[in-house]
Amino acid sequence: MKTTHEMLESEQFRRIVRRKWTVSVILTLCLFALYYGYILLIALDKEFLARKIGEATTLGIPLGVAVIVLSWVLTAVYVVWANNSYDAEVEKLREQVEK
Amino acid sequence: MNVQTSLGSPTASAIAFFFVIVALTLAITWWAAKKTRSTREFYAAGRSVSAFQNGLALAGDYMSAASFLGIAGLVSLKGYDGMIYATGWLVGWPALMFLIAEPLRNLGKYTFADVVAFRLRQTPVRIASAVGGILTVLLYTIAQMVGAGNLIKLMFGIPYEGAVVIVGAVMLAYVLFGGMIATTWVQIVKAVLLLIGVSIMTLMVLARFGWSPGELYGAVASQLGQSALEPGGLVTSPIDAISLGLALMLGLLGLPHILMRFYTVPDAKTARKSVLYATGFIGCFYIIIPIVGFGASVLVGREVISAVDAGGNMAAPLLAELLGGTFFLGFIAAVAFATILAVVAGLTLAGASALSHDIYVSVVKHGHASEAEQVRVARISTVVFGILAVLLGMLFKGQNVAFMVGLAFAVACSANFPALLLSIVWKRFTTAGAVASILTGAFLSIFLIVISPTVWVEVLGNETALFPLRNPAIVSMTASFLVATVVSLLGREPEAEAKFEGEKLRTYLGIGAE
Repeated sequence: MKTTHEMLESEQFRRIVRRKWTVSVILTLCLFALYYGYILLIALDKEFLARKIGEATTLGIPLGVAVIVLSWVLTAVYVVWANNSYDAEVEKLREQVEK
Repeated sequence: MNVQTSLGSPTASAIAFFFVIVALTLAITWWAAKKTRSTREFYAAGRSVSAFQNGLALAGDYMSAASFLGIAGLVSLKGYDGMIYATGWLVGWPALMFLIAEPLRNLGKYTFADVVAFRLRQTPVRIASAVGGILTVLLYTIAQMVGAGNLIKLMFGIPYEGAVVIVGAVMLAYVLFGGMIATTWVQIVKAVLLLIGVSIMTLMVLARFGWSPGELYGAVASQLGQSALEPGGLVTSPIDAISLGLALMLGLLGLPHILMRFYTVPDAKTARKSVLYATGFIGCFYIIIPIVGFGASVLVGREVISAVDAGGNMAAPLLAELLGGTFFLGFIAAVAFATILAVVAGLTLAGASALSHDIYVSVVKHGHASEAEQVRVARISTVVFGILAVLLGMLFKGQNVAFMVGLAFAVACSANFPALLLSIVWKRFTTAGAVASILTGAFLSIFLIVISPTVWVEVLGNETALFPLRNPAIVSMTASFLVATVVSLLGREPEAEAKFEGEKLRTYLGIGAE
């Protein structure tokens, strides 16, 4: 059993806080790269998106869809990580704190 | 232009669907009213909503009539540019998940102000958060009400004022009697109807083009030219585009009616799953909406769409009539109406909770009010906010309010989001820093929008704008973070720093979370 202060000073607690923010920041940076990459591509290289990949379909159409799908995938990555790995460690630490 | 459509003259099927939806939602309200006795039930549906239900309800709160009719219309008239716009509306959800979902759920009780005020001085922080929160909700509500009045006028032929009053009255019934339980179920019903309606339309469009999107795009290119499938003039200046992107992405993290939904689920784990469901539903919606828009531009034709409504808002209803006759048009019209009702109900509940929970109970009564009194005040605030929404809807009649949604997102990401994030992650954050940051974000973003091209040139008729960007987020949000940091560093607040330990335990382990 640990007091609040001991828990906050413990290596395990510091580690899960650090890991939570590492995962959050990495995923946020991926999201920024994905979305602002798409926006900057539109702003700076319209010809690239206007390139035809089918009879009339332009490359921009699947790319727009990909931004949406990949955003969802990033969200799913976070949920799978948090609901399995993170929550398991949180549960262990919760049991160690004096109520 | 002679347009053959029964839009604007109430048809039997439209009226029938309309009454079925209103009767169904009122029955839900009657059922929910019996369960709504405590504040926990009124504001947070007893924290008993499941991840799947909350995912649908979040999607319902977010998919407004503006995004359904507006984006379909934009795609039909502007082509690919409408699609660029659609992607921007989704990317806030992952950010919400990564940055604030668990702390928000673990620290708060009913409103996001609970989180900001957790270890800071209650009175000033509550008042400032309520200013930021109510401002955001009001701007969003004005846009919705004006949109609602126009749409119902176009679809059912009811006069603008009558439409606004009907929306106000039905929505008040949901919130007043059924609180969050009824509002949540109304959102769920509406989200399901909207997703079904749009999916049916998408399938009907694809059926006409041999189930091949490529053939649809081929028809778009041959009728409207290849340029309809290429990026046009929407994104020209990168800074403008990034500023709008920031507002759309991070503004979501400061929308009170969305954040409030996190308190309707039992714990952080459920909250996460519900965001994943919501992102999935909203993502599907924004992926298929452009197909509806392109379908309308080919099958209905741009001239007809812009002849009925210059903004293109009637593209989806016109397409529905062409594909499925007046019966299907009636269904889509009723779904659009349900969408408006549900979104305004969610906004009203968020506005009322800021008035009653943050201002009356926490500031006026210093947290000492009986359950019965709190629920009574919550209901009075609901009526006040509902009447305000109707009056503002009438006041802004005929105004082009499209910029107001952008403004609501700019205020949300500049006023509410920085204070919320810093209160979670930064030990040295102080009361003065929070108040200064919220007020700077709120008033700077409004001021910059007024002198931007959107209002200064297009609304007020001046020659050149004093501020070059259409959306001020990149400047106003940065300013808000800077002010928060500088003011917090200028003075220490030992009590707030001392409470940070207990807060961390609750933020990361959920110990003591309600």
